[in-house]
Amino acid sequence: MAAYSTNEFKSGLKVMMDGDPCTIVENEFVKPGKGQAFNRVKLRNLKTGRVIDRTFKSGETLEAADVLETQLQYLYSDGELWHFMSPETFEQYSADGAAVGDAVKWLKEQDICTVTLWNGVPLSVAPPNFVTLQVTETDPGLRGDTSSGGNKPATLETGAVVRVPLFIDVGEVLKIDTRTGEYVERAKE
Amino acid sequence: MAETETRWHPSANRRALEARARLLADIRRFFAERGVLEVETPILSTAAATAPHLHSLATHYQGLQTSEGLRLFLQTSPEHAMKRLLAAGSGPIYQLARVFRNGESGRRHNPEFTLLEWYRPGVDHWTLMEEVDIFLSRLLGTPKGERLSYKEVFQHYLEVDVFAASNKVLAGLARAHGFQGGTVNGEESRQISLDFLMAAVIEPQLGQGRPCFIYDYPASEAQLARIRPASKICLVPLAERFEVYLNGMELANGYHELSDVAEQRQRFQTDIAYRKAWGLEEVPLDELLLAALAQGLPDCAGVALGVDRLLMVLLGSSRIEEVLAFPVDRI
Repeated sequence: MAAYSTNEFKSGLKVMMDGDPCTIVENEFVKPGKGQAFNRVKLRNLKTGRVIDRTFKSGETLEAADVLETQLQYLYSDGELWHFMSPETFEQYSADGAAVGDAVKWLKEQDICTVTLWNGVPLSVAPPNFVTLQVTETDPGLRGDTSSGGNKPATLETGAVVRVPLFIDVGEVLKIDTRTGEYVERAKE
Repeated sequence: MAETETRWHPSANRRALEARARLLADIRRFFAERGVLEVETPILSTAAATAPHLHSLATHYQGLQTSEGLRLFLQTSPEHAMKRLLAAGSGPIYQLARVFRNGESGRRHNPEFTLLEWYRPGVDHWTLMEEVDIFLSRLLGTPKGERLSYKEVFQHYLEVDVFAASNKVLAGLARAHGFQGGTVNGEESRQISLDFLMAAVIEPQLGQGRPCFIYDYPASEAQLARIRPASKICLVPLAERFEVYLNGMELANGYHELSDVAEQRQRFQTDIAYRKAWGLEEVPLDELLLAALAQGLPDCAGVALGVDRLLMVLLGSSRIEEVLAFPVDRI
């Protein structure tokens, strides 16, 4: 496996740290007077999402992590694992609950997700930035109220609960921004 | 790296360029008023700094005096040449020099930068610290600086007696503060722990709003400063050296200059042996400086101050490229 020296560290580089794959967030060169030079590095653990600060003697190396970001189509969940497929190679991948994480509430069959693979196994799943989902449960809509006045909770087909305007009814299809979890608009037919 | 179409632009804005011009004029006025002579010495030298953690850039000269050509090093500081002037009786001198350090690039580093270096014959580093303090208050408007010994800062920020602590204790402290331990042991590991704790843990906290002068460094960090032998008052030898920090950034490094030629030769040779042992580039030692010291360097103190960092303080910049017309990624 390849190794990267501190000179090659830049944000986005995937390396192994304490046995976990990490991505480099920030790399700062520091040097005291005429002493030894160091690299202060911020790394995000790709398994836990936690950001850690570590300092390396300049010239030290870290092993490269075999991490790949890829676009996969979500197929279905069997209750334990979430199954994805590459639209290009048709190869299938199964992600566990830890990898799917918060993305679970936005996963709709057929949608294309960004899946991070580590040694060929899904490490994390990011849903599309925008999803269109049907409302399965909400208080009855208030006819005539099309202003942006109040809002109410609505449950969507994937189980996610979002705040929607008062005029939205059960059965309507909505566009949601998954990064903020906010209602954007009624989906165009 | 930016595309060529945009990369030709300076990274410093007009305000920074004007501030630099003003600062250089103010520095020259400061020394003119005090009767310190401005000098220029060559950027190129047949010798190089031997310090293990300074890496020189080199170039190749071909000309009349030499048929095979000559390997010349770009100075990492004008120190050696300025000491030769002092030994020749120059009196107090200063220089605004372009200096070069291979491999140093980052938020506060550029491989090519401007160093202000000045020397005062007949004074020690304590007197020079006073003048640096006045210099900073004149140019940056800072209040009088505080003075702390190296031992005091370690006591204060890390609650450790740095001179009594074992290598293991220091290495443990470094690890606890996020140092990803290397593969070395012994004295080398002690120095790495000290460098790490100073650079990564202590330095960012120093000199908030006013300069902080640190003095009495470990003898292992003496470089070209005198070493005061151990005594009844202090059980370890100390380097007669100081550093100046402002807003968590190192600004200057000063010495009560070593004038003992035998000791200087010994230190150069130790550096060269270290370079060999660690596979670092071997560099020729400066026989011309040693010859000057043999003839006699007056008792003096000198200090080197980073001009680009002074500008960063003046302009509140957090990145050095904001004060440089063309940093390394635009040359």
